[in-house]
Amino acid sequence: MPDTSVPALAVGNVTKRFGGLVAVANMSFALTENEVLGLIGPNGSGKTTMMNLISGVLRPTSGQIRLYGDDIAGVGASRIATKGIARTFQLVRMLPSLTVLENVAAGGVFGHARRWGKELDEYAHGLLRRVGLPNAGSIAVSALTYIDQKRVELARALASDPKVLLLDEWLAGLNPTELKTGIALIEQLRAEGRTIIIVEHVMHAIRSLCDRCIVMNSGAKIAEGTPRQVLADGEVIRAYLGDADA
Amino acid sequence: MTDGTAPAVRGSITLSAREKRNLAIAALVLVATSIVPLVSSGYLLSITTSIVFYTALATSWMLFSGPTNYISLATAAFFGIGMYVVAWGIELMPYPVLIVLAALAGAALAVVVGLATLRISGVYFVIFSLGLAELVRQIMTWLQHVLGTLSGLYVLTDRTDEMYFWQLLALTGLIFLVGWWIGRSRLGFALRIIGNDEVVAVHSGINTARAKVVLFVISSTFAAITGALAAPRWSYVEPTVAFSPFLSFQVVIMALLGGVHRLWGPLLGVIPFTLLWELISAKFPAQTTLLLGASFLLIVYFIPHGVAGLIEDTLRQSPIASIRSALARWKSRNA
Repeated sequence: MPDTSVPALAVGNVTKRFGGLVAVANMSFALTENEVLGLIGPNGSGKTTMMNLISGVLRPTSGQIRLYGDDIAGVGASRIATKGIARTFQLVRMLPSLTVLENVAAGGVFGHARRWGKELDEYAHGLLRRVGLPNAGSIAVSALTYIDQKRVELARALASDPKVLLLDEWLAGLNPTELKTGIALIEQLRAEGRTIIIVEHVMHAIRSLCDRCIVMNSGAKIAEGTPRQVLADGEVIRAYLGDADA
Repeated sequence: MTDGTAPAVRGSITLSAREKRNLAIAALVLVATSIVPLVSSGYLLSITTSIVFYTALATSWMLFSGPTNYISLATAAFFGIGMYVVAWGIELMPYPVLIVLAALAGAALAVVVGLATLRISGVYFVIFSLGLAELVRQIMTWLQHVLGTLSGLYVLTDRTDEMYFWQLLALTGLIFLVGWWIGRSRLGFALRIIGNDEVVAVHSGINTARAKVVLFVISSTFAAITGALAAPRWSYVEPTVAFSPFLSFQVVIMALLGGVHRLWGPLLGVIPFTLLWELISAKFPAQTTLLLGASFLLIVYFIPHGVAGLIEDTLRQSPIASIRSALARWKSRNA
């Protein structure tokens, strides 16, 4: 039984200032194990900054971020990766001179899981099968389509057996057919009981994938609840569409 | 993959057939080279010694700069340190002890420099590394001025050219072995990831600063040992010679000419360059710097991936296709 008394990830009163600009203002939320949490909000609302704070790219100006009780705020991105947080990037990041298999394996050697040799190969092959690229191991990443590069990136993030997975607009830029495939893939992760935070603009993906949603605007949390609840919330609609439509 | 099995990440415990073959070839080349002094003591030995000398420096340079894309112009700093450790200690200690001390001195300097500079990005690192070599040279000049009367030091031993050659060759063999081991280790894999995308490396859990420092230290230590081996042969050591920026540039050019993405790449640059260099310095002694600069331009312009890259491209494609793609590259560059 998972220990439900300690949240998988707990963000407490986190603030990030860039000079005079408050990008994230006093954010608090918790993520329980096996939960898929959506982080939504209009452009510039601080979602990506929040992801960067959790994954360690940025150090919070104040507040704590706890991974199963362990404070990880500001310890540095590589240490946070070894503690069990993996992420994908808004703009897909490939390692061009490495094969597809090596791109996936890159996530599974130095992070939370540390495999090597034969075990690593088998594991990376398994992940490639799981994301739908069973025979792509030896090809160059430059030969992959966009959705396939996204798959590789997802497999790389999964290669570290993360405790918490951050998907930063993983569905962005996909065409309608690819989008279906992409949503099905995340659905599969959800069914496996992964603990995931999704930043996304694709609302129907949020509706079908997330247990719970947090809506940000101007760096602050303005709503929290099930996707249905928050998307019906007057303040959320105002944040997205402006006053006249509310 | 050429052997038809499932693709793999480099670096399993057991050796693949291909790796065994490569090791055998390397051992054979090493043995064949080692008999050169027995066959010839004149011109052939001298030119082979030059080739082995530059192979040691260019390959150790490539160990760090190849995967990380950090162009270091500090080879002379470490080479010179190694040389000076021997020059200062030769009257006091046995030579083998001095080689170890030289390695330690080079490693210590590399740790300090690495920690201070490897967080800075490419271009600044290039400038810093060049400045470092000059700084060390100035310090040495000043120290010699303070400590003694001579502008240089004599290193007089009874070591023969043959011994020098065999030592250099053994060192080169060791550098290849270490390079090969790094290539199949986690460290090597980490560096390839760093060279591709440092952001991905960091988020994959790689301590990028530590990985770079470790490799910089390994690379620099070998440069210092090369200096320690060369000191008796050069017999008179002074700062302008030991810390010559020319040496740093030569090493970079040779490595780039050969190619820095394969362990054997620099070797393919060292051989033609050394031969060419012999010719240039014999025929045009006054224009060596000019020709060095010109060859640098030509290499960067026409063979950015080096001879090794050219060979691999050719092997991968049919001859006609490779000529066509080379032409296309050339055209697109001129478009």
